[in-house]
Amino acid sequence: MRGISKSFGSTLALDGVSFSVNMGEIHALVGENGAGKSTLMKILSGAIQPDAGTIEINGQPYHPRNTRQGRETGVGMIYQELSLAPHLTVAENIALGMEPTRGGILRRSEIRAKTTEALALLGHSDLSPDALVSSLSVAARQVTEIARALAIGCNVLVLDEPTSSLTGEDIQRLFSVLRRLRDQGVSVIYISHFLEEVTEVSDRFTVLRDGRVAGAGESKSASLDDIVHMMIGRSVDQLYPQSHRTPGECVLEVKDLAGRTRPAEAGFTLYRGEILGIAGLLGAGRTELLRAIFGLEPIIRGTVSIGVYIGPSSPSRRWLQGVGFLSEDRAGEGLAAGLTVSDNIMMGMRKDVKFLGFFSPARHDNVATRWIEQIGIRSTGPSQRVRSLSGGNQQKAALARLLYEDVDVLLLDEPTRGIDVASKSHIYKLLDDLAAGTHGPPKAILMVSSYLPELLGICDRIAVMSRGVLGRPRRSTEWTPQALMLEATGQGIRA
Amino acid sequence: MTGILAHRQGPLVRSGFRIVGKLGPLIGLLLVFALFSLIGPESFSSPYNLQTMARQTAIVGTAALGMTLVIIAGGIDLSVGSMIALVTVVIAATLQAGFDSWVAGLAGILVGMLAGFFNGVFITRLKVVPFIVTLGTLLILRGIAKGFAHEQKIDAPLTWLKDILAALPPERSWQLLPPGVWLMILLAIGVVILLHYMRLGKHIIAVGSNEQTARLCGVPVERVKIIVYTTSAAFAGVAGVLQFSRLTVGDPTVATGVELDVIAAVVIGGGSLSGGEGSVLGTIVGALIMTVIRSGCSQMGLPNWVQEIVTGGIIVVAVALDRWRHRRQDS
Repeated sequence: MRGISKSFGSTLALDGVSFSVNMGEIHALVGENGAGKSTLMKILSGAIQPDAGTIEINGQPYHPRNTRQGRETGVGMIYQELSLAPHLTVAENIALGMEPTRGGILRRSEIRAKTTEALALLGHSDLSPDALVSSLSVAARQVTEIARALAIGCNVLVLDEPTSSLTGEDIQRLFSVLRRLRDQGVSVIYISHFLEEVTEVSDRFTVLRDGRVAGAGESKSASLDDIVHMMIGRSVDQLYPQSHRTPGECVLEVKDLAGRTRPAEAGFTLYRGEILGIAGLLGAGRTELLRAIFGLEPIIRGTVSIGVYIGPSSPSRRWLQGVGFLSEDRAGEGLAAGLTVSDNIMMGMRKDVKFLGFFSPARHDNVATRWIEQIGIRSTGPSQRVRSLSGGNQQKAALARLLYEDVDVLLLDEPTRGIDVASKSHIYKLLDDLAAGTHGPPKAILMVSSYLPELLGICDRIAVMSRGVLGRPRRSTEWTPQALMLEATGQGIRA
Repeated sequence: MTGILAHRQGPLVRSGFRIVGKLGPLIGLLLVFALFSLIGPESFSSPYNLQTMARQTAIVGTAALGMTLVIIAGGIDLSVGSMIALVTVVIAATLQAGFDSWVAGLAGILVGMLAGFFNGVFITRLKVVPFIVTLGTLLILRGIAKGFAHEQKIDAPLTWLKDILAALPPERSWQLLPPGVWLMILLAIGVVILLHYMRLGKHIIAVGSNEQTARLCGVPVERVKIIVYTTSAAFAGVAGVLQFSRLTVGDPTVATGVELDVIAAVVIGGGSLSGGEGSVLGTIVGALIMTVIRSGCSQMGLPNWVQEIVTGGIIVVAVALDRWRHRRQDS
């Protein structure tokens, strides 16, 4: 790709970007949200057309007018949100849109053969071509998507944030699949926010910033600091701030808690003025633990005490008791994308409402503006729709709801998933301020994360959940990433 | 990037789009009206015909106000036509039994609300989608109305109820419109206040926009839904009173298929069947557009089938334009 430019309205999204990938190479494309990665890849796939610049594949000029042409030329795209039809089988999904037919009749045997072949190529012959996609794990669905790209004979495979919903083992499995593809001569373009992954899996990398190439190099020889520096144009000295925090009284006590299937057993106490992290693999029951505490999932056994309130409760009561929950699923559950920033912050409408439920929209907008400014949500104002904010700003809006409600206990599920480094850094600073009580009384934060560096960076204590059982929380300084992983996979020494 | 984009594009362009979007149905109404004023007979734009069209809109318009709430909450209510029929039957029977007109009217509305309450309870407790539940109650309520009336019209003594939607006599022409139409306008203002200045309104929008988010934020989702279906039924009850005023008898077969007109009015007015969107002004304008087409076509002597084709076309075009505007606004 040479000299690619593209503008939307008056915004220049790509400004003369040149980018090349060799055959049989894993090339990482990194950059903050809005740096132009997705636009560049959309141009490559044919979803949009560049204003200027040329693309060549294997020395042949390539001007895709739509994604179908892109696919036929051998460009396979795997998006962050998986795009499979859950009601169809693995084989049917792989053949979707390209079904071989004879006289209008599907050639099932051919579809099966192609599927088996593609799955074998990926080293996943264990996956049944006849399994319904809705019955598969996220990791298996991803394999299905990659298999679909391979089945149409792609020689350039683009993966956009493929690991944001995977953990540990599944990520490693994906990496070995990618390496296998590379060794077979496929060019893999790998987009990720996780720089550790980038240096681990890729051969070379290119950094985009504000629509320009900000740097490129060999992944083996680059340090994380260098890459971060290229991404944001300045170095992050203190990505994980830890102000002095003084633990106060106990605000949340969970005893012997069990849900329908997960969690199986969980108990801990959370004190005011601390951040307690929960590590673990996907499916270990971390999300279910938070949801059970908040009243979104049934509690079968055990008690949850929040201050003087003891026992299970509904989400609306929990908010009144001073507990707020941030969902890991920002688009599906965390935010109503079609509504405004102001509506999303104040959705519960427990405060600033007068007699008989009347309220003043102007006053609400003023209140929302205050939080937008305080948290630094980049938007046109309180009446901008959440849908049109960037991921990082959406997440800030979701967090703003908890701050607006002024809760004492913050239950955060993957608070920095899928957002750029600069927004992450904002959120770490914000959480640190909340726990340290920089503005007002200190809060208590319970945080689930699959990103070990951030847990180790900002938490006071960390507990590991493994197969539904929550281990004993220990001070962050006593943990290492290896120890966390060992305990998460159930091989650690149980305390 | 989107943030910067929005900044550069400027709030003026955005709000410009939004205003045109909000007024889209109104512009449509004016166009249709202007068209018939030009090509139709002179009597089309006469004050008397305007009043007639307002009267013809009142029944569908009133029921559509309730439907607006249901559709904003992400639901649908197919049972309003049957509900209207049941209400006319209940009113006639109550009057026949010698009760006062007020009692009869309120009894009709209450029976409607009861039906709506059950709609809400079935949808939230049995967890069956609204389309199926209200498809069921469409048949059930129609059946109850027919059974209750022994499959006949129920005659009722003439009371002031018949004047609610009757053409104004000359000595009261200062009122401009019959009371039934004013009632619809008042109810419309009430729904606007509910949606823009009250917590319940915001909760209704939140449930329709993203039910899971609403639940997470502590919105009592089930209660909101039950309230929405009961309120919608109350509006259908008022529409039933207006229908009775027009008929002066209780007719268990009246208003068959009216639910589709009601839904069409909401959708032409910018309501989205996926929830979260809908406008009161739009709904009323949507109902008026359909009346104007009907009235215009019949005054020009065009057959019924032409009206149907034109109305159907308008529905699809209106929604297509609305979607197009959304895409422009979001990109």
